[in-house]
Amino acid sequence: MELRSQIPSGPLEKKWEKHRFEMKLVNPANKRKYTVLVVGSGLAGAGAAASMAELGYNIKCFCYQDSPRRAHSIAAQGGINAAKNYRNDGDSVLRLFYDTIKGGDFRSREANVYRLAEISVNIIDQCVAQGVPFAREYGGLLDNRSFGGAQVSRTFYARGQTGQQLLLGAYQALERQIGLGQVEMFSRHEMQELIVVDGRARGIVVRDMVTGEVETHMADAVCLATGGYGNVFYLATYAKGCNATAIWRAYKKGAAFANPCFTQIHPTCIPVTGEYQSKLTLMSESLRNDGRIWVPKKKGDKRAPDAIPEEERDYYLERMYPTFGNLAPRDIASRAAKRVCDEGRGVGPTGYGVYLDFKDAVARLGRKMIEEKYGNLFEMYERITDEDPYRVPMRIYPASHYTMGGLWVDYDLMSTIPGLFVLGEANFSDHGANRLGASALMQGLADGYFVIPYTIGNYLAQTKAERVPEDHSDVRAAQSAVAQRTKRLLEIPGNRTVASFYRELGRVMWEHCGMTRSAEGLREGLRLVPKLREEFWKNVRVLGDGAEINQSLEVAGRVADFLELGELLCLDALERDESCGCHFRVEHQMADGEARRDDKGFCHVAAWEYAGEGRKPVRHVEPLTFENVDLTIRSYK
Amino acid sequence: MKLTLKVWRQKDARSEGRFVTYETDRANPDMSFLEMLDVVNEGLVAKREDPIAFDHDCREGICGTCGFVINGVPHGPKPRTTVCQLHMRSFRDGDVLTLEPWRADAFPVLKDLIVDRSAFDRIIAAGGFITAPIGGAPDGNAIPIRKEDADLAMDAAACIGCAACVAACPNASAMLFASAKIAQLALLPQGQPERWDRVRKMVARMDAERFGTCTNHGECEAVCPKGIRMEFIARMNADYVKASLTAGRRATGVAEASGG
Repeated sequence: MELRSQIPSGPLEKKWEKHRFEMKLVNPANKRKYTVLVVGSGLAGAGAAASMAELGYNIKCFCYQDSPRRAHSIAAQGGINAAKNYRNDGDSVLRLFYDTIKGGDFRSREANVYRLAEISVNIIDQCVAQGVPFAREYGGLLDNRSFGGAQVSRTFYARGQTGQQLLLGAYQALERQIGLGQVEMFSRHEMQELIVVDGRARGIVVRDMVTGEVETHMADAVCLATGGYGNVFYLATYAKGCNATAIWRAYKKGAAFANPCFTQIHPTCIPVTGEYQSKLTLMSESLRNDGRIWVPKKKGDKRAPDAIPEEERDYYLERMYPTFGNLAPRDIASRAAKRVCDEGRGVGPTGYGVYLDFKDAVARLGRKMIEEKYGNLFEMYERITDEDPYRVPMRIYPASHYTMGGLWVDYDLMSTIPGLFVLGEANFSDHGANRLGASALMQGLADGYFVIPYTIGNYLAQTKAERVPEDHSDVRAAQSAVAQRTKRLLEIPGNRTVASFYRELGRVMWEHCGMTRSAEGLREGLRLVPKLREEFWKNVRVLGDGAEINQSLEVAGRVADFLELGELLCLDALERDESCGCHFRVEHQMADGEARRDDKGFCHVAAWEYAGEGRKPVRHVEPLTFENVDLTIRSYK
Repeated sequence: MKLTLKVWRQKDARSEGRFVTYETDRANPDMSFLEMLDVVNEGLVAKREDPIAFDHDCREGICGTCGFVINGVPHGPKPRTTVCQLHMRSFRDGDVLTLEPWRADAFPVLKDLIVDRSAFDRIIAAGGFITAPIGGAPDGNAIPIRKEDADLAMDAAACIGCAACVAACPNASAMLFASAKIAQLALLPQGQPERWDRVRKMVARMDAERFGTCTNHGECEAVCPKGIRMEFIARMNADYVKASLTAGRRATGVAEASGG
């Protein structure tokens, strides 16, 4: 396998422009001869489907939800970054580029990140034109706020529902194309297999989740925009249905999987309360604009928060990172929270929680102002915990939230399988070893609205539109693989529920491959995950049959894939023998506990190639070269 | 906590449904309603019984996937709360709870508590958008928008499309849902060019999908988890009347414009 990043030559700021000129075009009359499949309908998927349909391609779009409007992009709260410099505070494309590269701890491609920063300004314009009701000031212009890892205010937002509003904008553009007949939509359909013919991605096999029917869809290219794999930890801020099946099937068909160990743990989520817990809810990073994070200075201090006097509180982020304070990036804030809790200073019934306190902000700005800024988040917190955050500080703890790793793609977002494109969180492209807040929405829409419409044309223009007959042996093989797998899951005479396996996998991954990792723990993970997988295939109980709505069967298929992916995650974390961004190996830390990178040994992308059942996957390397920034020690002090 | 659940069980769209009673003593006040059902379902699987099917996804009240009727009230007793955010502390030990799917002609039951809400998508496809092809947008600050209008548009845009409004309405009307989108886009300068066409097309689609009309019961607003207000229905109706009166005004030179 060869990893050709296809990064255009020339100066950084001219690469995308030059590439757009050099790419081949498909003339308008020929576009209607091509069909492209889009799997996923979040910001990247809906954006891609709508933008390619507008160009005249025939699009089929698939999602597992009952409507494309429900993709999990909808849950993003805080905002979307753009280098508009509307605040006159020194922002620029170059600064957004630099913040993002540094935020990712120098483990992403300069060219990709620069393109992202460049496109960021177009995204805001596009969304405003679609009717996204961004927050505005009294003069009628767009408002901004600050997010972690940046010293400028460049985050655009729509209350605490920015993801919802951006997604509905993309969804509406998609529905318009559905109404025009340019997009055929398949809701409640889950991709089960990728069809590769003569080395090119030519179709997918999906399961109709209502009838159980297995369908085949053929095309000239396939785009996966199926999101991240953070549900491998079971408890996560992801929607329950988010899964890695589409990218995992593609991986097993030859798409390289890049940097699987780069998984983001978000610092501000509502802590776990019990065994029955099914998910963790995020509290937006934007809250750290006004909330102050603290724990008691004393170990095991069980007093109520308002009984702990000011001088006995440790505002540890402000103490450790005076320059960025409570707005230190996510990986750093998460590890700091873990550290103080491991010291026995955590709060709440489990001791795994820290306070996020708005007392000072309410005093400074007034309750009304805080309500206007964060009202819906405060309500959500109160609904879940039964505590009023206007009076009692919130309790928060880190949780799995995003995955920077994903399928390897080149500059055109094409995977190592020609004709298979990967967009949004499903790819690995832009965030390196840690993503900054408000950058996921930016990347999803950049990929969907402004990158794929160009690069898909470049691919199709060089590809002959030839139909693959549905009785082709590769198509048949993919169909029968899906049928076999379903049959096998339903026939296991097991005793354990899918959920119990899923919870156990989550515990193993969190324990051995979570916020901090060690060679010893990872080896233990590599022993436990395959063992659990083996038991799963012997002892899981999936009731019902395949020809109906069968939610246990759906989850079982996803968990089966997570049981394989979890092993690759541990393996990648073990072989990346350095600390960088979210990937913290206890063996590699500075005297003060910060991550110690090894630029000589690991300044590269690790891309894994599937080598067959029971064989160790092959680790390939794409070196990262930095021509425009210096690899500095990432400091937020 | 001990609970008795009377749950609507229906194999598929073609089969007849019926209520089946389940008892559980494993509920706990800190669980969400859906987590309570997860626990019940694990118990059913252990007994080799088909688990209760219900729609859910984000479990944080924003995706709009979940929702069923609890004791006659869509999303249950707590105002402005979806079932995934409803916690068992809202109930008492020994409660008897009846769970049934959204009931409306336009929403066929697919299984147990799951219904088909694709009619909502078709209403949006009929006109619930601004035609703004990707790539041609002016600068985001080129057209200032009054803060009050942007805020009001956001109030309307907060709809999650869960369809509780339809389930609560004695007429199974979708007017709260449709009017929220119509009002959002009509409040923004970008939405003006298609304003009158949009309202006519979306209303026509609602009728075609067999949703009823609004007779001012107000049940929709009462159960809406996002607090969407009936005033948007008034805005929609006003626009609809105006659109109907001005419909048919067309420039005469349209045919020549395509020449060249």
